[in-house]
Amino acid sequence: MRAQVLIAGEAQGEVLALTHPISFWGGVNPRTGDIIDARHPERGQNIAGKILALPAMIGSSSAAAVMLELIHAGKAPKALIMPDPDAILLLGVIVAQEMEWPICPAFALDKESQRALHGKTIKIERDGEIKE
Amino acid sequence: MALQFTNEDKAILAGEKGMGAKMALSIVAETARLMGAPRLLPIASAHIDGALYHGDSGTLFAEKLVEGDAKVAVRSTLNVGALDLMGCSKQRLPPHERDMAKRMMRAYEKMGCEPSWTCSPYQAGHRPALGSDVAWGESNAVVFCNSVLGARTNRYGDFLDIACAIAGRAPDYGLHRTENRRARFVIDVSGLSETLRRADIFYPVLGTWFGLEMTNDIGVVDGLQGFPNEDNLKAFGAASASSGGVGLFHIAGVTPEAPTVDAALQGQKPERVIRVTIDMVLGALKRLSNASSESIDAIAIGSPHLSLEEMHALLTLLNDRKVIRPFFACTGRHVLRAIEADGTRAKLEALGITIVADTCVVVTPMLPEGGSVLMTNSGKFAHYATGNTGYAVQYGSLKDCVESAVKGHVIRDGGLWQ
Repeated sequence: MRAQVLIAGEAQGEVLALTHPISFWGGVNPRTGDIIDARHPERGQNIAGKILALPAMIGSSSAAAVMLELIHAGKAPKALIMPDPDAILLLGVIVAQEMEWPICPAFALDKESQRALHGKTIKIERDGEIKE
Repeated sequence: MALQFTNEDKAILAGEKGMGAKMALSIVAETARLMGAPRLLPIASAHIDGALYHGDSGTLFAEKLVEGDAKVAVRSTLNVGALDLMGCSKQRLPPHERDMAKRMMRAYEKMGCEPSWTCSPYQAGHRPALGSDVAWGESNAVVFCNSVLGARTNRYGDFLDIACAIAGRAPDYGLHRTENRRARFVIDVSGLSETLRRADIFYPVLGTWFGLEMTNDIGVVDGLQGFPNEDNLKAFGAASASSGGVGLFHIAGVTPEAPTVDAALQGQKPERVIRVTIDMVLGALKRLSNASSESIDAIAIGSPHLSLEEMHALLTLLNDRKVIRPFFACTGRHVLRAIEADGTRAKLEALGITIVADTCVVVTPMLPEGGSVLMTNSGKFAHYATGNTGYAVQYGSLKDCVESAVKGHVIRDGGLWQ
């Protein structure tokens, strides 16, 4: 399986594939990586150090700020996977690059393929190739 | 197709116009690459959502731009910060956070942004022209700007908004392009009662339903001709952009790109026509409340920030009665000045209302400690209150909020929803 590279890099870790769209602002604690959205099915799980697969992004345009803060706090996912590039969330990563902080790579992959990876430990290569 | 840079762009990217300008254009260009934009568009204005403190990283970013001599190239208003700089209300930020939040707000002012500090900039005199390209952040401001003003913006996140303001340009993709502003769905609400369609509380509830149904798709609502006022459209958009990711909606006969349903569809057939029933609306209404207790600890209104008309409506509904629970009315300086001038502020405060300027209750710690139930008429507060403050929500109309605040427990007029 191969994902499209959005922001280049490689990652290895366990996949947390969310079952429902999330707003990072109000949905993820920027200091801990905990999912805090009261109505989200994965509430209470933590995204830090996971390969985080997102079926869709909703809500606030402050998601980028939460993403940057997660990176700065060392609580970012190891990689982001989303169906289409989401300008808001990825901005947090782009700005981290400008700040010369360590970044997490990002890849595009459809929802169905994301689900199939849930819970598995995978390696994503720089070219987007996914190995289980 | 790769992005083409002008010679001036190349000079900026080489750092010849300062490191701030270089950083800003690099961020805009990298976003353009990610989103497949073929070029950068000149923009008429910006609304900056990036000055709200979420942690030290955002302050460090803003200060790095200031150190690099960055200045905004176009009119740029500021969304809320984490502090009420007008001193109307108190925030419980610890010393470090307070200091960093203030440094952040000052950094954005230093870059030439207007200290508007409101999430309703469109009611504070910032109304870009129909068809103009702008770069706006803050989900409710974005959806209002696109839908009600007909100016064109994507949902600019923190950092990209200020980067575009400094560069004076934005990536040409998404809602900047006419073909991407077409409605694909028709939402027919003509089956709902006229009484309901005239009620203020209908709009955030319908907006909540719309956001859940559309996620980020574009729909045209039919059956509201002659009903909503501007504050209703504000509430509808804000709710749709919190329950979903709506960046643009059309309302036939109401919003400028939808003189008719057909115009909003750009002459094409809709993918689906949804006839909204009262049960669908009730489902969205039910979702907005998640508290089990009928006793309430605080009331908050003003997301998006209240207009002068909404402040006056609050005073009228209070009818000289004092509230017995903390009651926060969030607004911007544009309204604060007006309610100071006409005496409304003093009257509201005498009845126990706390006016909140420059910020709001879900972005910074200010709801009473130890409380557990918040009542609100805002679809956006209802969506974010629990995650951001720990408070559970009782949802109701402005009148319900006022009556409940006077009595200290939930009082609702359910008649409207029959």
